[in-house]
Amino acid sequence: MRRAADREAAPALALDPIACVGHGLCAELFPEGIVLDDWGFPIVLDEASDPALRDHARRAAKACPALALRLRARG
Amino acid sequence: MTTRLLSAAVPHGTTDLAHHRAVHGALPVLGRGDADALVDVLTAAGLRGRGGAGFPAARKLAAVAGSRRPFVVVNGTEGEPASSKDRLLLGRQPHLVLDGAVTAARVVGAGEVVVVAPAATHDAVARAIDDRAARDEPAIRLVAAAEGYVAGEETAVLAHVEGRPPVPRLAPPRPAERGLDGRPTLVQNVETLAHLALIVRHGADWFRAVGTPERPGTTLVSVSGAVARRGVHEVPVGVPVDDVLRLAGGPGEPVRALLVGGYFGAWIDGAARPALTDRDLRPHGASVGAGVVIALGASACPVRTVARLASWMSGQSAGQCGSCVNGLAAIAGVLVRLADGDGTPDDLRLLHRWTAMVDGRGACAHPTGTVRMIASAARLFAVDLEDHAHHGRCAACAGTGRAAATAHGRAGAVAA
Ligand SMILES: Cc1cc2nc3c(=O)[nH]c(=O)nc-3n(C[C@H](O)[C@H](O)[C@H](O)COP(=O)(O)O)c2cc1C
Ligand code: SF4
Ligand code: SF4
Repeated sequence: MRRAADREAAPALALDPIACVGHGLCAELFPEGIVLDDWGFPIVLDEASDPALRDHARRAAKACPALALRLRARG
Repeated sequence: MTTRLLSAAVPHGTTDLAHHRAVHGALPVLGRGDADALVDVLTAAGLRGRGGAGFPAARKLAAVAGSRRPFVVVNGTEGEPASSKDRLLLGRQPHLVLDGAVTAARVVGAGEVVVVAPAATHDAVARAIDDRAARDEPAIRLVAAAEGYVAGEETAVLAHVEGRPPVPRLAPPRPAERGLDGRPTLVQNVETLAHLALIVRHGADWFRAVGTPERPGTTLVSVSGAVARRGVHEVPVGVPVDDVLRLAGGPGEPVRALLVGGYFGAWIDGAARPALTDRDLRPHGASVGAGVVIALGASACPVRTVARLASWMSGQSAGQCGSCVNGLAAIAGVLVRLADGDGTPDDLRLLHRWTAMVDGRGACAHPTGTVRMIASAARLFAVDLEDHAHHGRCAACAGTGRAAATAHGRAGAVAA
């Protein structure tokens, strides 16, 4: 398990930690790519950028009520 | 010692325009057409930002040059409690800082320079601006800096200048793309611009004649903690840290450890005696940063010191990001419990878990910088932490108050 923030390249799924209100819906919808820290705030994993999981990532981004998750174009 | 930035200093006062020009010479007048040339000179000089992150000045200037109606912002907020170099420059060498800002503004095509400076320096800076008024220079606006550690982060500075609360926003877009009023903005630290003012006069080779290949030039160092006199000194990058302590009158007792780089820096064993270079400091997780050196005397309890630092930094969170707000508070909480002898070995486990968990999680670098400093302390003071976790307060703690009671007190947690 690696965190997207550790990598040089921008992750495919980007979190805005200021907008996020931390109710964890995204981690429920997309547990392969997002886990919650000890205070209930999401950690975006490297796995969230896996092309095979792109539909899951898109669903999580769409479901976020705070518009805190954005799917980036790959590249 | 080599003095450059401070070579026109006058005892206890502000260097006026006449004396400034007599010592440093006239400021070469550059314009928009000189952008490439200045970028080349700054690249050759290897000037890095002196606000802490060490970003190459040439790259940022190149990014803003040629954009439509940009701004230049001088970041003199200096929210770091152990640092006083920027207020020293603003209060005593304002013309050097303004020379650098005006040159940057002319070259990138900015019509206005905004100087963000602590209130205590305003008389000196305002007088300097008046004295230059007759010259053909971009307009210079003076804004009182906001208080607080995070207020110095560049997007927080821009928010403050725009009249909003001084808190960071998510970047990108960086200020070089979208800054003041949405326009490209060059935000540069006070000391960075003062060096730039000398580089345009004397060139890259002159700049590189002292310092290290990686970080050429001199640096201002703010020394505090267990030394005879806290203060600011100009030294070539690369001098032994011992020389820096000697300039501050020497340590009054054996030095247990040094916090290098400030509250975002790293703790280094006092016996390691590194040189003040990134190459020597990197293995310890530190960098020259904004030039802060804090000495911890052998009689102080490091656990208590780190608990107070962590509590203060937790209190400085801008309160916007869940992991910064909750994570720093939780980390400070375990450290205070450990310092007060109320902690358990499980608290130690949580300390390690949480410093790793918070790393890289905020919209700005506040939580990351803070947990890296704390993680360096957890490595260097591992035995002391174990001791507190298993046996309660140590001998050095005897006779001192509880960390919980003083945690939110004065900023100078180490110097106190
Ligand atoms: C929490 C935080 C606080 C900061 N405080 C300051 C500060 O007080 N002064 C400063 O010049 N830079 C500060 N910085 C760095 C600025 O964001 C920015 O990088 C700097 O002003 C750019 O100037 P430089 O490239 O000349 O160093 C801070 C950064 C962070 C993350
Ligand atoms: S769903 Fe949105 S607001 Fe909720 S935790 Fe996830 S990112 Fe944050
Ligand atoms: S990381 Fe902390 S200090 Fe930085 S913007 Fe978020 S809450 Fe504020």
